[in-house]
Amino acid sequence: MTQWTPVLLANVQRPNSEKIGTYLDGGGYQALRKALQMTPDEVIAEVKNSGLRGRGGAGFPTGTKWSFVPKDAPVKYLAVNTDEGEPGTFKDRLIVERDPHAILEGVIIAAYAVGAQRAFVYIRGEFFLGVKRWIKAIADAYEYGFLGKDILGSGFNLDVSVHRGAGAYICGEETAMIESLEGKRGEPRLKPPYPAQEGLWYKPTIVQNCETLANIPHIIERGAAWYAGIGTEQSKGPKIFCVSGHVNRPGNYELPLGVTLREIIEEHAGGVRYGRKVKAIIPGGASTPMLTADQLDVPMAFETLQAAGSALGTGAVIVMDEETDMVEVTRRITRFFVHESCGECTPCRVGGQRILENLDRLAAGQAEPAIMQELDRLSQGIMGLTFCPMGTGMCEPITSGMRLFRDEFTARFPESA
Amino acid sequence: MSRNDSTDPPVGSALIEPAKQAMLLSALYIAQEQNGYLTPEAVERTAQRLGLSERDVYSTASFYTLFRMQPVGRYVIQVCDGLSCYLADGADTVADYIGAKLGIAPGETTPDNAFSLEKVQCLASCGTAPAMRVNDQLYEHLTAAAIDAILERLMGEV
Ligand SMILES: Cc1cc2nc3c(=O)[nH]c(=O)nc-3n(C[C@H](O)[C@H](O)[C@H](O)COP(=O)(O)O)c2cc1C
Ligand code: SF4
Ligand code: FES
Repeated sequence: MTQWTPVLLANVQRPNSEKIGTYLDGGGYQALRKALQMTPDEVIAEVKNSGLRGRGGAGFPTGTKWSFVPKDAPVKYLAVNTDEGEPGTFKDRLIVERDPHAILEGVIIAAYAVGAQRAFVYIRGEFFLGVKRWIKAIADAYEYGFLGKDILGSGFNLDVSVHRGAGAYICGEETAMIESLEGKRGEPRLKPPYPAQEGLWYKPTIVQNCETLANIPHIIERGAAWYAGIGTEQSKGPKIFCVSGHVNRPGNYELPLGVTLREIIEEHAGGVRYGRKVKAIIPGGASTPMLTADQLDVPMAFETLQAAGSALGTGAVIVMDEETDMVEVTRRITRFFVHESCGECTPCRVGGQRILENLDRLAAGQAEPAIMQELDRLSQGIMGLTFCPMGTGMCEPITSGMRLFRDEFTARFPESA
Repeated sequence: MSRNDSTDPPVGSALIEPAKQAMLLSALYIAQEQNGYLTPEAVERTAQRLGLSERDVYSTASFYTLFRMQPVGRYVIQVCDGLSCYLADGADTVADYIGAKLGIAPGETTPDNAFSLEKVQCLASCGTAPAMRVNDQLYEHLTAAAIDAILERLMGEV
């Protein structure tokens, strides 16, 4: 079993972990002091060299993103993505509720590095406790001089405010989030230009996931070399894996990237419930392609999961045992995406609806064999052809589910067919 | 420093105009508080205060599921319909159980306007599934006994 002493989840186990005093006692805000002694370029270089990649799903190298921000732009923003809504994912909610200062310290360091004097926290409307914890953490940070004017005498200024979303998964997509922060419908913008060039009110804006930001203080404090020594070739550092479904001990497990799916499920999450076998795994949240039991030895890293035909996504591992009805699983995931389609582009809006109608008919035993080609055709008309990545994300579980568990789909045809 | 409830919009010269619309979601939450949904009067008032057209306000409000255009019960029970809750024997099972106890189906409100039942998307409690929300309170690890206790308590309060 991989030996790992939690870094990201070290504080959350302490009593009153959300309080600034607890965070400070654990060495909190030391990284900020250190970062403010460095030049912004040195901070960016450190994060680049660490190899940190975004934990919000897309895995973009964080330091590289920061270096895209135009240096001479007079106004720049930072947006903190606390919209966590990808089914199976529950790590950001944990950090925000139990260790908000870890994210906030990352926010201040990131803002300093890119030269943003204004940061916006965008939080899911449903995260009621998270909203309270964010607001309290920010207020306390002002009081201690970690926010506001001339932070710790460095001359650097930063203001942070909290903005509640209102129930729309798509607002987790960075450009939709920007629209929502501006008070509009959360419909994605076309990229490029990327937010780092043109974001909020068309000013350069860095959008970063909570878990990503929580890594920053550790990178600054212990150095890029320490961080880059953890993980695999292209996937560095620790990761919080959210394990749910048919396991004995569902929960958040922090482990170095590169740990195998088997170890996560069998050793950490206590194995499959009722002593059953694994049938299928979704390794990175609902929009990542499914894997089967013969792929349990895949290391959980960006490059290895891609080679296995899936993706690391948010690191949300959903485990399904041998008794699971895969038609129902596919239908339920599809229902989520159809419900959450913002409707801006036709393939996702109409195509998704058609797929769902077909899956409903199939599940009810009312579909003809031709439905398989029809589902393929509909998916082909969506994947890669939509305005934002959600259309493709919607089809991944459908196409992989149909490919891997075809027998279960065809078994639903009526006797006569 | 007095930024305790720092949900206020950006300040600074370049931002004063866009900032007004940026307050819209916060303003809609406030506007919805009194009646539990956005009445036409509340929309009108919000539009006026922010210097927006009612059309803009409706356009934004209608995009988000947490803004309601119809009245709801005093307690809105939102059962997670997500995959992990389904795998943990929740979702339909929980919604059906509550529906049977209250005599309503998802999307309906009890005749005394005490309870509305809804199925919602993943609540980020998949590791503590099955989950549901009642107004601003999250409930996890649901069992029949736990649901009975929750409903009993809420019924005592209406
Ligand atoms: C449909 C969709 C939903 C997304 N939801 C989230 C989310 O809830 N939280 C998040 O951090 N990133 C989400 N993302 C990814 C963001 O667009 C963006 O890549 C991320 O916030 C960047 O931060 P990172 O580089 O730190 O991961 C989503 C992307 C898509 C396409
Ligand atoms: S792919 Fe779907 S969610 Fe994305 S812009 Fe198009 S309709 Fe909206
Ligand atoms: S699936 Fe129910 S909380 Fe995530």
